[in-house]
Amino acid sequence: MSQSKEREVVIRAKDLKKTYKDFVAVNGINFQVYRGESFGLLGPNGAGKSTTMKMISSVSQRSSGELEILGKEPNTQGPEIRAHLGVVPQKDLLDRELKVWENLMVYGRYFGLSRKWLKGKIEELLDFAQLQDKRNAKADDLSGGMQRRLAIARGLVNEPEILLLDEPTTGLDPQARHILWDRLFRLKEQGVTLVITTHYMDEAEQLCDRLIVMDKGEIMAEGSPAELIKKYSSKEVVEVRFGADRNESVAKELEGMGDRIEVLPDRILIYAEQGEPLLAKIIESGKNPITSLVRRSSLEDVFLRLTGRTLVD
Amino acid sequence: MTDLRFAPGKVVDPKRAVKFGAWRVAEYRFYSMSKWMGAIFAFGLGNPILYLISVGLGIGALVDANTGGQGILGVSYLQFVAPALLASAAIQGVMDEVTFPTMDGFVWDKLFFAINATSVSARQIADGVMIVALGRGLFTCLLYLGVLLAFGAVPFSSVLGLIASSMLAAWGWAAVMLAITARLERDEGYFAIIGRFVIAPMFLFSGTFYPLEQMPIYLQPLGWLSPLWHATELGRNLSYGMEIEPSMFWTHIGYLALLGVIGMAFTYPKFAERLSR
Ligand SMILES: Nc1ncnc2c1ncn2[C@@H]1O[C@H](COP(=O)(O)OP(=O)(O)O)[C@@H](O)[C@H]1O
Ligand SMILES: [Mg+2]
Repeated sequence: MSQSKEREVVIRAKDLKKTYKDFVAVNGINFQVYRGESFGLLGPNGAGKSTTMKMISSVSQRSSGELEILGKEPNTQGPEIRAHLGVVPQKDLLDRELKVWENLMVYGRYFGLSRKWLKGKIEELLDFAQLQDKRNAKADDLSGGMQRRLAIARGLVNEPEILLLDEPTTGLDPQARHILWDRLFRLKEQGVTLVITTHYMDEAEQLCDRLIVMDKGEIMAEGSPAELIKKYSSKEVVEVRFGADRNESVAKELEGMGDRIEVLPDRILIYAEQGEPLLAKIIESGKNPITSLVRRSSLEDVFLRLTGRTLVD
Repeated sequence: MTDLRFAPGKVVDPKRAVKFGAWRVAEYRFYSMSKWMGAIFAFGLGNPILYLISVGLGIGALVDANTGGQGILGVSYLQFVAPALLASAAIQGVMDEVTFPTMDGFVWDKLFFAINATSVSARQIADGVMIVALGRGLFTCLLYLGVLLAFGAVPFSSVLGLIASSMLAAWGWAAVMLAITARLERDEGYFAIIGRFVIAPMFLFSGTFYPLEQMPIYLQPLGWLSPLWHATELGRNLSYGMEIEPSMFWTHIGYLALLGVIGMAFTYPKFAERLSR
């Protein structure tokens, strides 16, 4: 880990807290983001991801704690910091009345960029977001996936050092998600630091070098996807279903098998280093699951282990 | 597909980016507005023409006939109402441009939040809204003045003074409305209420169609509060030389300026608070 000490910290949060009236949305969290990495905030709805993102984007005021973005203080240097941030909010907030290219032009002008420079940049961004055909369409007339890509293109117009993406693929179909993931990989290759919130564990595994798992405004765990899985879960999982009414009782009889057992309303999860032999053993013992499957552990399992709940309900 | 050329953090100079944000907000609004320039122009011209024909000439003929050609206070009725109509047009023009974009920015499309994610500050957004509103008000004012001049309702020498007094009132009123609109958390039809119970009475109780002194004394304070009355008094003084005391002249200006200063003083912190939640 001595290597990470040499890396430049671009975001530093210490005891970062945000309350809305009496409600604590983010409860004193600590983390750092290094230049060039892809950092994730994984957690279910209401975990405080968007609230954290808004504080990082140097608009929302923290209630207490410390926050440093690109070496600056967001409370007093918000506009200077934001000059080098790209923000893709959870709701796209596009200007629905303006055309696709106009949305990019207008946004670029807010950063004081010249129209001439922006003309060239917009062509690149339209290519990047695969929106060339739609350049003259009103933002309102785009599909959800296209609006999302436009919002990302808009967030890139100032060539930011850090790109903040709040739930970038929520509501997109699988194909649109994969296109987006591909775009984000390319950005990372260009040296952009990515901060991504998501409640999809596959997205976090795909995109994030390092992530924090959040729940109820707190950080439950921190690490790379592989580290987290290694630390909080066994290598493999056996999923068996006995029908909603029987899962609970069968689970009792399975006790002692594998490293750990989790009972969900619709299935039982048994964690083990090796799944197949365990499944064979279960079937040998006379329990006949309706369906069964052996898979590798994922961040979903990490979350379940940490909170006793699933990420998406 | 060409690849994105990218130099993270190099193209924007933060020192430059944080300047002139208000003008960039305004630039964008003027740009959107330019798309329906035709409508703005037609409305800006059609409105005063219709008003002058119906009120100035129609009612005016009646009033002037009944006062033996003396009009009100020694001038024709058209000359009497012209400064009031002008100020009211400026106020109305500015009003629409602070209320609707601000509701849009905070409540409907929430575009202020997108703007505020750039290097533009909350205060610059508020200033940008005001710049656009004053621009629109000035445009309306100039069209109106053109029509007034064509009808011979105001002397050419009073043009600059009338623009200044009307725009000062428009600014004062816009600042107050901006401060109020910034405090509306939801769209609950406040504008209809404000329109019906504030704007319309203001128009009627500001000495627009007859001198305020004709009102019972207990109704006159409504006029004293109204920016329209102050602008109208100034305008009548500037256009046809209606006599007012020098102290009142400065009181009118002071009151309108005070509205503007207080309005903005209550606008900036609210914009900052709403955008930083
Ligand atoms: N402006 C607000 N006022 C009051 N409560 C809020 C506000 N924004 C978020 N919250 C609450 O804070 C919690 C965290 O919200 P959020 O950060 O949006 O979570 P996430 O993005 O992880 O779904 C939620 O319970 C939400 O209802
Ligand atoms: Mg969220």
